[in-house]
Amino acid sequence: MSDEKSIMERIREANKAYTTGLDDEGIEHWVTIYLMGKAYKVPADLTIMQAIEYAGYQFIRGSGCRAGFCGACATVYRKKGDYKLHAALACQTRVEDGMYLVQIPFTPAEKASYNINKEVPDEQVLLKYYPEIARCVSCNTCTKACPQELQVMDYVQAALRGDLQKTAELSFDCIQCGLCALRCPAEICQYHVGQLARRMYGKYGLSEPPSPAQRIQEIEQGRYEDQFNRLMKMGRDELEKLYNEREKE
Amino acid sequence: MKLPFYPGCSLKAQAKNFETSGIAAAHALGVELVEIERWNCCGTVYSLTGDDLMRQVAPVRNLIRVQEFGENRMAVLCAMCYNTEKRASLRAQRNKEDLEKMNAFMDKEEDYRGEVDVVHLLEILRDEVGFDRIKDRVERPLRGLRVSPYYGCMLLRPREAGIDDADRPRVMEDLLGALGAEVIDHPYKSHCCGSYHTVDDPHLVARRAHAILSSITAHGGEIVALSCPLCKHNLDDRQELVAQLYPDFSKVPVVYFTQLMALAFGLEDAMGFDQHYVDPHPLLEEKGLLRKIKV
Amino acid sequence: MEFEISGDELVNKVEELSGQNIFSCYQCGICTGSCPFAAEMDLGPRRMIASLIEGQVEVLQSNTPWICASCFQCVVRCPNDIDIAAVSEALRQMTQRRGFDHIDLSHIPAEERERIPQIAFVGSFRRMTR
Repeated sequence: MSDEKSIMERIREANKAYTTGLDDEGIEHWVTIYLMGKAYKVPADLTIMQAIEYAGYQFIRGSGCRAGFCGACATVYRKKGDYKLHAALACQTRVEDGMYLVQIPFTPAEKASYNINKEVPDEQVLLKYYPEIARCVSCNTCTKACPQELQVMDYVQAALRGDLQKTAELSFDCIQCGLCALRCPAEICQYHVGQLARRMYGKYGLSEPPSPAQRIQEIEQGRYEDQFNRLMKMGRDELEKLYNEREKE
Repeated sequence: MKLPFYPGCSLKAQAKNFETSGIAAAHALGVELVEIERWNCCGTVYSLTGDDLMRQVAPVRNLIRVQEFGENRMAVLCAMCYNTEKRASLRAQRNKEDLEKMNAFMDKEEDYRGEVDVVHLLEILRDEVGFDRIKDRVERPLRGLRVSPYYGCMLLRPREAGIDDADRPRVMEDLLGALGAEVIDHPYKSHCCGSYHTVDDPHLVARRAHAILSSITAHGGEIVALSCPLCKHNLDDRQELVAQLYPDFSKVPVVYFTQLMALAFGLEDAMGFDQHYVDPHPLLEEKGLLRKIKV
Repeated sequence: MEFEISGDELVNKVEELSGQNIFSCYQCGICTGSCPFAAEMDLGPRRMIASLIEGQVEVLQSNTPWICASCFQCVVRCPNDIDIAAVSEALRQMTQRRGFDHIDLSHIPAEERERIPQIAFVGSFRRMTR
């Protein structure tokens, strides 16, 4: 029956309705979601963002790359029969029946003014610009809110301790969606703290990799003229093959 | 003896010398202080409000870390962290209903069972190592050094957290005596330094520091030994403000008791006398205590 | 800060938050005698408790609980085992829980923020902000 269909088939099915607006009869799986309290029947397996658009809304805020990288589509929701408050990215999360959704287009957050060229990368620098990190009560709400599954409380704790490296490393994948800051009872803006730590650590903590400077020198010395000329003469198929088979880190 | 060790934020930042000297001195006595993993700020000062469970969560989380390791004791150096963790551990034991609520709230942690004891290093030194063994370990007795112990508040009060008698403590005096120092008693040894008021009213702290330090020098003390990074900040770093407010004030070096242990044990790399506002080097040089020990 | 509360409501709430029986105080004054900051306070611990006993809600405007540094000297000396520090905290909570922080983080000068260790900020914000 319908359960035989694989997940990819179901996603394809749902996306067809979403993109074409037709073929609704072909959709077998539906869920009910609530947008600002109003119920909508949408194809199951759509992402929250797609479901909202399927329901007829147009995103003019709170939507960006649609690929889980820009942090624009912060969403807060509850599920039927569950008291917990969940947080997610709308473009990366599939709808579930009974989801009670609200989109957060913006998080108000005060970013400190600093000139990293003039700052000393010592243990006090984060506290200097964000003294409110001392209000952290280790409640872990930020970690629970993070759609990237980062250990947010841990990086705030590292920041409080003045450990720039650890703060930078733990906050590395932060996309600044703001969900942590919205829910924090101590009113800390975690992602700004992480960003300052990464800037300080990147500038003062990490050694400059030799390869870019070296490579630029080599290019300027004309070392790659032959290779460039060869590439310029290649046809499209050859270029595509070269690109797809390139070495990736 | 291996002991799970809770450093607290300050020992990783402005009080690094407290940690370095503490771990080294303990190691020299066969006590291995092993830092617990993933610890968080204890959230000092201990919350005194009955319903404020949110502020009990931070210290309890650290106790869970110790429990996760299969251990049931946690050693602390910072007096404020010690007091907060100690009182939080006692409260968790006394009030099972609140503990249940906290465990339910901390849904990503294992339940805290209430079995971890919190101890301060001074207790370990007194009760499990013994001052005789400490005396035996001394390679460079602090002869002629007139040290005034400063307990501050958090090691002694309230009674449930106190490591010694609140009115007549002896543990630091006995330790300093075992190190060979001349112990100078003074009336303000457990008088509050002003604590967190250094943030909102530094002048209040400067007045307290002046009273305490002047009393020490009046009694003949020439260096202060303590166990708290906040007291150290208030009594050492704030001497700059004290000197501004009281032109006749003469500065006094202020060190952690563990640094004096490191000095007496000959642990040259662990003494950390460079992280002070009032430099202890001149006094220690004068007493001949910085000369290398001949092996 | 102005807010409506009766003397009875105040005492009841303070007793609830602090878990202390304020009426067991017999005003001996050992607390004020022991308090290192009494000279800086407008009331001091003894009169703070007296005000509560008498239902004087103006005690909420006193600077006593804010100058209190939670040193617990009063607590160990009180002959009736009243946790006066907890009473002080309860009074702070009465205003804080209505949204009034006692210090403004933005008023802490940058030079101070560069030098004050985090232990001081943690303690200060715990006692003075909500």
